[in-house]
Amino acid sequence: MKYIFDLHKTMLENDLILVYEGEFTQEITKSVLAMAERNMDSSGEESAVKRKVFNVMVECLQNIVKHADNISDNHSAVFMIGKQEDKYVIISGNPILNENIDGLKKKLENINELDKDGLKELYKSIIKSTEISDKGGAGLGFVDMARKSGNKLGFEFTDLGDGKNSFFCLRTSIDRL
Amino acid sequence: MDILNLESAEDTPKIILDKGNGIFEISGRSLPEDSAEFYQPILDWIDAYSQDPNPSTDFVFKLEYFNTASSKLILDVLSALEDIDGMTIQWYFHEDDEDMEEAGEEFSELVELPFEFKTY
Repeated sequence: MKYIFDLHKTMLENDLILVYEGEFTQEITKSVLAMAERNMDSSGEESAVKRKVFNVMVECLQNIVKHADNISDNHSAVFMIGKQEDKYVIISGNPILNENIDGLKKKLENINELDKDGLKELYKSIIKSTEISDKGGAGLGFVDMARKSGNKLGFEFTDLGDGKNSFFCLRTSIDRL
Repeated sequence: MDILNLESAEDTPKIILDKGNGIFEISGRSLPEDSAEFYQPILDWIDAYSQDPNPSTDFVFKLEYFNTASSKLILDVLSALEDIDGMTIQWYFHEDDEDMEEAGEEFSELVELPFEFKTY
């Protein structure tokens, strides 16, 4: 049962206050949000910070619900919240088809190159022209996460070694006031 | 004309669209699983209202939070309201919620409608 202690240690070392691994649905999204909100309420977090964390969490969770590529032997994804002295960190990880990496990378790199005004313009240009996709997204999630957090989006792709899939990790930080 | 009255839920806002009493309001949180489906009855109601609207309409948005998919639908709602004479948007935001204030300003730049900004 050593893995239990190891997991506990890993969570403490990385300041993780919540980890969810499994299938992602709207019901799970609501539960995770409610847990995180209770945690922030009980610790007396500033309302402006709470709102930003909530905002980034919703986009992150709904991104997984809508976009995580279904891979035959692994439908699951992981979502974590870290809480440090000076910031909250929202992390997600989910499988992605290798063929989708380039497009996603380009999108994220483009967002990270923009400043506050650039992100605002990008948001406005997308919202004017976008249609809600079959998956229910507006194509605005990452831009919104970058805007609300005020920080660059951290991302990484890990090859799963099966020649088809990778694991996409996304990390957004929200400064505590 | 029928009143559209939807109670708020964990992930959907409260909606009151009541021509007779002159109440038009969307308030609370909006992060439904399917935003297009949730907002369709509202768009349909506005479409019917636009055939025979009141001389003036104050349409209230008092949102605590909305996700990006909802923001697209809110823009669709505003676009539908654009064609109605005497329309004014009352955009409420919590006094320390700059993001909601900014969101209202951005919407006001995307449609041709008078916006009044109010805090609560």
